[in-house]
Amino acid sequence: MTKQIGIIGAGKLGVVLAQIALKAGYQVDIAGSGSPEKIALTMMVLAPGAEPMTSAEVLANNDVIILALPLSKFKQLGASSLAGKLVLDAMNYWWEVDGKRDDFNDPQIGTSELVQNYFKDSQVVKAFNHMGYHDLLDESIIFKPQCEQPKALALAGDNKQAVLQVQQIVTDFGFTPLVLKNLHEGLKLQPGINTFGANLHLQALQEAIDNYTDTTFGQQIAQLN
Amino acid sequence: MEKVLFGLDTFGDIPANDNGELLSDAQAIRQVVAEGVLADQLGVDIIALGEHHREDFAISSPEMVLAAIATQTEKIKLSTGVTVLSSDDPVRVFQRFSTLDALSNGRAQVMLGRGSFTESFPLFGFDLNDYDVLFEEKINLFSQLLTEKPVTWQGKTRAPLQNADVYPKTESGHLDTFVGVGGSPESIIRAARYGLPVMLAIIGGSPERFKPYMRLYEKATEQLGTPVHPVGMHSHGVIAATDEEARELAWRSIRVSMDRIGRDRGWAPMTRERFENEIENGSYYVGSPTTVAKKIARAIKSLGVKRFDLVYSAGNQTIAERQRTIELYANEVIPQVRSILAEDAND
Ligand SMILES: NC(=O)c1ccc[n+]([C@@H]2O[C@H](COP(=O)([O-])OP(=O)(O)OC[C@H]3O[C@@H](n4cnc5c(N)ncnc54)[C@H](OP(=O)(O)O)[C@@H]3O)[C@@H](O)[C@H]2O)c1
Repeated sequence: MTKQIGIIGAGKLGVVLAQIALKAGYQVDIAGSGSPEKIALTMMVLAPGAEPMTSAEVLANNDVIILALPLSKFKQLGASSLAGKLVLDAMNYWWEVDGKRDDFNDPQIGTSELVQNYFKDSQVVKAFNHMGYHDLLDESIIFKPQCEQPKALALAGDNKQAVLQVQQIVTDFGFTPLVLKNLHEGLKLQPGINTFGANLHLQALQEAIDNYTDTTFGQQIAQLN
Repeated sequence: MEKVLFGLDTFGDIPANDNGELLSDAQAIRQVVAEGVLADQLGVDIIALGEHHREDFAISSPEMVLAAIATQTEKIKLSTGVTVLSSDDPVRVFQRFSTLDALSNGRAQVMLGRGSFTESFPLFGFDLNDYDVLFEEKINLFSQLLTEKPVTWQGKTRAPLQNADVYPKTESGHLDTFVGVGGSPESIIRAARYGLPVMLAIIGGSPERFKPYMRLYEKATEQLGTPVHPVGMHSHGVIAATDEEARELAWRSIRVSMDRIGRDRGWAPMTRERFENEIENGSYYVGSPTTVAKKIARAIKSLGVKRFDLVYSAGNQTIAERQRTIELYANEVIPQVRSILAEDAND
């Protein structure tokens, strides 16, 4: 069976994830905010093979969905539109795009938990959020001729089965998965924590996560736990 | 073969004196003027100044500084990198740059961009939610102003124009205009749609990853039937006598500046490993003249760009350190890159 994945968001991150997924042998459906025509040329040149669609079509066609749109936009997708699906949340709070939002910067509840609360009939796993898009492309070992130790990508989710599936996807995409205890722990991967932007091997990433209290936001999180 | 152009770019970082104390904003601006004059004397093709509205950078009105450079220089192209069109008025931008074009005998160039910072939005009363529509509409209007004929235009982001003629006109009838592009494929297609040349801001990661963007630009112009222009790139760098010295200087200038900017966005500070990797394989052009020349030549060849700008002043370097980068770039790096490119062309 060919593996299949749908990507919502066809910007910097969406395109890179499409490129990696294709190289990993996945069938890829992808959507921006508008019509498929708007992204057709980009896909043809940058990620040939990825199928441009409307987001409704991407959701209808796929059981596994990556969210790669601005965090402030996820509610533009209907709450039930992702029901029963495995959702990889790659979104981060980026105030320059999302505006000032206290709810996206709350040490009590991670942004992926907000996403999970909204898509309550889906399994949300935080993944592909902490590494910059060009690092993802430069580091994925599936593009490298010689075998190297892959860089690590952390992921966080509440459902064991879902986490296992995402571990496989992260591995397929050319990275070493590092699994956090639950979705709430995904807070330790958010902007403001020393893991944000991390392009590290497994052990170093684990150390960065363990040292999350080195940052102000990390201390706020720790105080609440 | 078309000649490759070499530029120097700065945002007007605040220089430090030998004791590490920062100079005033005013001194920082006068220093950039002096550097522009120096670059012209040394034969650098372009100086480009970026508009910012934050404490680390003194230049918020690049064309004012360029005007000062204009009257003291002969040949150097006077450009921006970028002019934040989204939070500006296209008519005024045109007027300011056609004025600069007059002062410099036709050496003005404007590089339009959305800006990688957003400080200008609240400052000028624009809403970040309109980020996309502001740029889309304003570049549309600007492209019509470039015809230097009366313009009729209507949109949501500024008052309509009815057969409006805008002055001063340029002598050549054409204001040199680029579009500055970060990593967004949409921006490449937009530049192609307006038939404007593209400058790629490559501030991290391997330059090779922009190769597909070059193809995207060509394909887009082909599909849209617009002219294909030579593409340029800009990246950060520091040049010193030895690799060692340049690296240490970059570690306390480029790295510190990047960390300061990254902190506002929640990025973890740069590790030494990452920094070294940017120098080895990524987008920091740091080292002795020979090291930097080889790296620039490699990037130019692999991407096929026709313009390379070095962002030379990041962080709080001393005036002497900045001037040394400029001198080594002009006197040693550029000639070496040219000869590497010429050798390869003869192969
Ligand atoms: N850039 C990175 O390095 C990076 C790394 C990790 C995570 N992230 C996260 O990934 C997300 C995307 O970032 P980016 O840098 O790729 O941004 P981007 O380049 O601005 O792209 C955003 C994409 O989302 C699309 N979009 C917006 N609203 C949508 C909707 N309602 N339905 C479907 N698509 C929609 C946009 O389409 P239109 O162009 O049609 O509006 C665009 O294709 C953000 O949450 C960011 O924090 C980014």
